[in-house]
Amino acid sequence: MSTGSVDPAVSKRSKGFLIKIWHAINIPLAAVVLALLIGAIILLVSGANPIQAYVALFRGAFGSMTALGRTLEKATPLVFSGLAVAFAFKAGLFNIGAQGQLLFGAMIAAAIGFGIDGLPSIIHVPLALLGGALAGALYGAIPGALKVYTGAHEVITTIMLNYIAINITDYLASGPLKDTSSGNVLARTPEIMASAKIPSIANIPLGFVLAILMSILIWWILSRTTLGFDIRTVGLNPNAARYAGIKVAFTIILTMVLSGALAGMGGAVETQGVVGRFQPGFNIGLGFDGITIALLGKTSPLGVIPAAILIGAMKAGASQMQFDAGVAKEIVDVIQALMLFFVAADVIVRKVFRIRAAGEEEKITLSTGWGQQ
Amino acid sequence: MSETLALEVRNITKRFPGVLANDRVNFALKKGEIHALLGENGAGKSTLMNVIYGLYSPDEGEFFVDGQPAEIHNPHDAISAGIGMVHQHFMLVPVFSVAENIILGSEVTRATKLDLRTARREIRELSQQYGLDVDPRAIVEELPVGIQQRVEIVKALYRKAKILVLDEPTAVLTPQEVEGLFRVMRQLTERGVSIIFITHKLKEVLAVSDSITVMRRGQVVGTTTPAETDENGLAEMMVGREVLLEVEKGPAQPKEIVLEVKDLSVYDERQVEVVRQVSFDVRAGEILGIAGVQGNGQTELAEALTGLRAVLSGTIHLNGVVVPFENPRALTEAGVSHIPEDRQKHGLVLPYSIADNLVLSSYYKKPYAQNGRRNFQAVLGNSVELVEQFDVRTPGPQVPAGNLSGGNQQKVIVARELSRPVKLLIANQPTRGLDVGSIEYIHKQIIKERDAGAAVLLISAELDEIKSLADRIAVMFHGEIVAVVPVDAVSKSDLGLLMAGSELKKEPESVG
Amino acid sequence: MMADTYSSLPNWKYFLRRYGVLTGLGLVVLMTTLYFYFRDPQITEAVLASTVRYSTPLVLGALCGLLGERAGVINIGIEGQMLMSAFVGFLVTAWTKSLWLGVVGGVLTGALMGLLLAFMSVTLKLDQIIGGTVINIIAIGLTGYFYQVGLAIDGKLKPIPLGPLANLPLVGKVFFDNPPITYAAIVLVFVVQYVLFYTKWGLRTRAVGEHPRAADTVGVDVYFMRYANVVLGGAIAGLAGAFLTLEAVGSFERVMTNGRGFIALAVMLFGKYTPLGAWGAALFFGLTSAIQTQVQFAGVDIPHQFIGMIPYVMTILVLAGFVGRTRVPAADGAPYEKE
Repeated sequence: MSTGSVDPAVSKRSKGFLIKIWHAINIPLAAVVLALLIGAIILLVSGANPIQAYVALFRGAFGSMTALGRTLEKATPLVFSGLAVAFAFKAGLFNIGAQGQLLFGAMIAAAIGFGIDGLPSIIHVPLALLGGALAGALYGAIPGALKVYTGAHEVITTIMLNYIAINITDYLASGPLKDTSSGNVLARTPEIMASAKIPSIANIPLGFVLAILMSILIWWILSRTTLGFDIRTVGLNPNAARYAGIKVAFTIILTMVLSGALAGMGGAVETQGVVGRFQPGFNIGLGFDGITIALLGKTSPLGVIPAAILIGAMKAGASQMQFDAGVAKEIVDVIQALMLFFVAADVIVRKVFRIRAAGEEEKITLSTGWGQQ
Repeated sequence: MSETLALEVRNITKRFPGVLANDRVNFALKKGEIHALLGENGAGKSTLMNVIYGLYSPDEGEFFVDGQPAEIHNPHDAISAGIGMVHQHFMLVPVFSVAENIILGSEVTRATKLDLRTARREIRELSQQYGLDVDPRAIVEELPVGIQQRVEIVKALYRKAKILVLDEPTAVLTPQEVEGLFRVMRQLTERGVSIIFITHKLKEVLAVSDSITVMRRGQVVGTTTPAETDENGLAEMMVGREVLLEVEKGPAQPKEIVLEVKDLSVYDERQVEVVRQVSFDVRAGEILGIAGVQGNGQTELAEALTGLRAVLSGTIHLNGVVVPFENPRALTEAGVSHIPEDRQKHGLVLPYSIADNLVLSSYYKKPYAQNGRRNFQAVLGNSVELVEQFDVRTPGPQVPAGNLSGGNQQKVIVARELSRPVKLLIANQPTRGLDVGSIEYIHKQIIKERDAGAAVLLISAELDEIKSLADRIAVMFHGEIVAVVPVDAVSKSDLGLLMAGSELKKEPESVG
Repeated sequence: MMADTYSSLPNWKYFLRRYGVLTGLGLVVLMTTLYFYFRDPQITEAVLASTVRYSTPLVLGALCGLLGERAGVINIGIEGQMLMSAFVGFLVTAWTKSLWLGVVGGVLTGALMGLLLAFMSVTLKLDQIIGGTVINIIAIGLTGYFYQVGLAIDGKLKPIPLGPLANLPLVGKVFFDNPPITYAAIVLVFVVQYVLFYTKWGLRTRAVGEHPRAADTVGVDVYFMRYANVVLGGAIAGLAGAFLTLEAVGSFERVMTNGRGFIALAVMLFGKYTPLGAWGAALFFGLTSAIQTQVQFAGVDIPHQFIGMIPYVMTILVLAGFVGRTRVPAADGAPYEKE
C-alpha cells in the first residue's frame, strides 16, 4: 500500500524522465530477449543453426539501405494496427477487429485509387487515405455500438466481423471490383492510379512518416486533451467516469470509431504505398500483429513505433533467413507469439530478470464477463 | 462458566507489506462465553480472526484449542478444530440453495451423486435443535439479510463448530434483528458454543458480551468486562485518547427548499422497483438524514438523485427547477456535490494522481482546460491548495490515489466535492470504514456546509451517525419513506421499529 | 419480494420457466423435421446427419468454454487449443499411422494448452482475455512453423453403425451411424451436464465460479478446481481439434479452425452455460451450415462468400440478443487473490 515513493519535487524531472523510460521498456526488452532465446532453442531442436539464422534475419532487416527501407515498409501498417489496438485499450476495449477494419480500409482506398482518374496526387492520395480511414471507422463503430446497446463483448463480435470482412472484401475483389483486364485470373482489383500512390523518399516510405505523425497525434490526444482524459477514465473506472459526468456509451463508440479509423488508414497506406491494389490474402495477419505490437509497446502510442519496427524487421528479414539459413519463415511468427506471451506474463519476466514493479501502474481490465459493461 | 479455555492464541504476529497488522497478540476465549473483540477499522481485529480461521498464516504465534496446541494453516484445519466463522460479507453463493451452501465443502454423496435429501434432513434437525429456522430449499439471494446470517450460523454448526467467530454481525441488521441475534448468541452459549463477537459498536459490546478485548493498531490494549467499564472507557481504550462521542452542532436554521423530490420511483438492475413513490424535501441549512437498513432502496435513491441511475417516474426539483435525469454533469454544474457510497467504485480513479482525482468533475472547465486542452499547471495548483486545506496526508499531489489509506482517499473526495460552491450535498455513507479521527473530521465538514447554507442529504446505515448529525430523519423501508420526523422527537428504538417496517402507534408528533 | 421464485415452484413449472423457450423451439424443430422427412427422406436424413457432425466441434468447444467459465475462468483460447490439437493429432497419426494415437495426442495437447491457460489466469493472474489471445497467437505461430507440406495420413475415423439402432428410420442415420468423436461429443454433453449439476465436483466448480472466497472459507481449493476444470476443458477442446483433422477432413491445413473456437463461445452463451443448452445451440448452428451446403449443391446463385459468413453473422446476432439475458457466473474472468 505505502509505495508512496513518488517524489513530488518536479525539479528532478530529467532524471525521473530517464528512469521512466527505463521502466517503460525494461519488460518488453526482457520479453524480446527471452522470446529470441526460446526461438533459438526451437531452431536448435528443429536442426537449424540459431546464430546463423539470427544473423541472416538481422542482415535481411537492417543490412542495407534497401533492407532498412523494406523493414520500414513492413512496419508501416503495423504501426497503424498497433496504434488502433493500443488506443482502444485505453478505453478498456480490446479491438481484435483491427484486421477487419484494415481490410475495409485497404479495399476502399483501392476503389478510390483506381476508380477516380485525373486527380492530382495532392488530392488523390489524401482522398483515398481518408476513404480508407472512414471505412475502418464505420466498421469499428459496429462492435462499439453492439457493446453499448446490447452488451455483446467486443472481443467476440470483432473476431466475427473479421471473418465477415474477409468474406465481403473477397467477394468484392472477385466480383464487382475485379480487375477485368485481359490475362488476369486472380481475384484482385485493378491497380490504383499513379496519382493515388504514396511514394518513398530515399528508401523511407512516406507512409511510415505518416504513421509516426499519427502516433504523436494520438499520444497528444490521450495525454493532453480532455477527450483523452475521458477515454482513459472510462478505461480505468467506467463507474467513476459516469460519476464525473463523462458520457461512457458515447466515449466507447467514439473510441472504437477512432480505433477503426486508424486501422483503416493502415490498410489504405498498405494499398497505396506497397501493394498498389487490393488483393485478398495480402493483408491477413496485420491486425493480429497489432495486438502483439500494442502490448509490446505497453499500449503507449509512442511505444508502438519501436515495437512495430521490431516486428517489421522480423518480417523483412525472414526471407533472407530462409535463404541463408534454410529456416522456415514461420519461425518469426513463433518468436512473435513468444514475445506476446512474455510481455503479457510480465510476472515471469520480472522473476527471470529480477525487475521490480514500478509502483501502481494504470492497469486496465478487459475480462469482466461477457454481459456486463 | 467453566474456566477452561476453548481457544487461546499467543504472540500472533502478522505483517503485510508496510503494515504490522498483528503485533504479538494474545487472546483467550473461555468455554461458553461471548467474548467481544473491539477495535476501530484497521485495528487488526479482522486480521486476527482470519489468522484464527486459517485464511492468513501468521508470521509468528501459537494456537491452543481446548488447551492443546493446534496447527491451523487453512480453513480446513480451523473447521476440524471446531472453529466456525460468520464473515461480515456473507460467504454464501447467492444462486445456490440454502442446503447447497451449507454442505459445500463437506458434501454428502451417494455414489457420485450429491445426496441433497439427507443434507436437507440434517439441516432441518440442526435448525430445530438450535432454534434457527431456515428452509433448506430456499435460494440464498432471495432471502432477507437476517436469514442469510442465520444460514451462515447453521453452516458453521453443521461443521460441528464449538467456537463461533462473528465478524461485525450487526452491521446489516435492524435494531430489532440485532436483539434477535443476541438471543441466538446467548442460546448458543447455553449449548456450549463459545463466541467471539467482533465489532466496533460500544453499546452492543456492553449489552451482550461476557468479556471484552480491545485492539488498537495491531496490538491488544487490554481485556475487561462490561461490569468494569463503560462506553467512554471503551472508546478511550479503542482510540487511545478521549473521544467526543457527540458531534458538536448548533440548531439548524432551515431556509428555502433546495431539493424537492416527488413520487420518485426507481428500478434496480433486475428491474425490481426498489424506490417506490418517494417524496420529500430538503431545505437550505438543514441536514435530512435517511435512515434504513441497507438494501431498502437508499443506494438507488442516492444514485437516481445524482444522475447515476435512470428514473422510472416522478420529478426532482432543485431550487425550483426540474432536474434532468441521468445527467451527473448537469447536476454538478447546478451546485450538487456528491460523496458516493463506494469511494473506490464511483468516487476515485485509483491509478490517477490525487491532482487528477481532485478535478474529476471539473477537468473540462476553465481553468483546468481550454478548447479541449488540459491545463496541468492549474490542476496541480488546485491540488496543492486542497491537499493543504483538507489535510490529505500524502507525499505529494502526484501520488496515485490508490496509494492512500481509506481515510485519506475519502478526504480527497470530500475536498473535491466541498471545494466548489455547494447548494446541495448528498453524502452517502460518508464515513464507512474510516478511523475515528477521519470520522470526526468529515462530520465537522458536513456541519460546516450546513451552517454555510447548503442543504444536506445524509444517507447512512449507522443509526448513531444519523442521530448525531441529522436535523430531520426520513426512514426508508422497502423502497418507501415510511416516516419523516425531527431528530429530537424520536428515540432510537422507535427508529428501529420504523426501519423494520412497523408503524408507531403512540406517535404524537406530526409526520413531515 | 418476488412472488414466485424458482425455488418456490413445483418441478415441472420450474422446468417450463427455465427451459420453456427451448422446449418450444425443440417442438418446432421436430415438427419441421418430420414435415421435411415425409417430403424428402433422403435429403432430410443427409442434412440432419451433417448437422450433427457440424455441431460436434462446436459443442465440444462450448463444453470446454463452459467448464472454464463455470469455474470462473474465461477461455477465449479455445480456437488456439483446437488448432494446436488438430495439428498434433494429425502429426501423431502421420508418424504412428494410428488414428487412435492421434486422437490421444490431440486430447493431451488440448489439456496441455488448458494447463497453460490455467497457469496464466490462475497462477499469474493475467487478464484472461489476453491470456486466451496469447494461446491463439501461439497456436497459429507454432502450427505454421512446424507445418510440412505434403505430409498426409491414410483415411480418417469411420462411422460405426450401432447395430440395429442404425437402421431406425431418420434417427438411425442421424444419431446411431456416426464416427467415434461425434458419439463422444454426444456422450460428453450428458456427462458434463451430470457432473456440473449433480455431483460434488460440479457443486464445487460452480461455487468457485460464483463466489470463490465463499468456497475457500469452507476449505474448497479454488486454484485446484480452476486448474482442473480448465485442463479438462482443454482436453475436450483437444478432442474437437482431433475431430477436425482425423474425423472430418483427414488432413491439416493452416488456420483450419476458421473461427469455430469463437463460435463455440457464442454457442456456450446461447446455451446459457448448460451442456444441454449448448448442444441445442450447436445443433442449431450445425443445421445452418448443413443447409448452406445443400443450397450450394442445389446450385442457387448466391456468392459463396455470403453463404460462408452466415455462421459469423449469426454469432453476432446471438451475442447481441442473448448475452444480456444470460446469467454469467459472478466471478467469471476475475482472478482469485488468496490475500
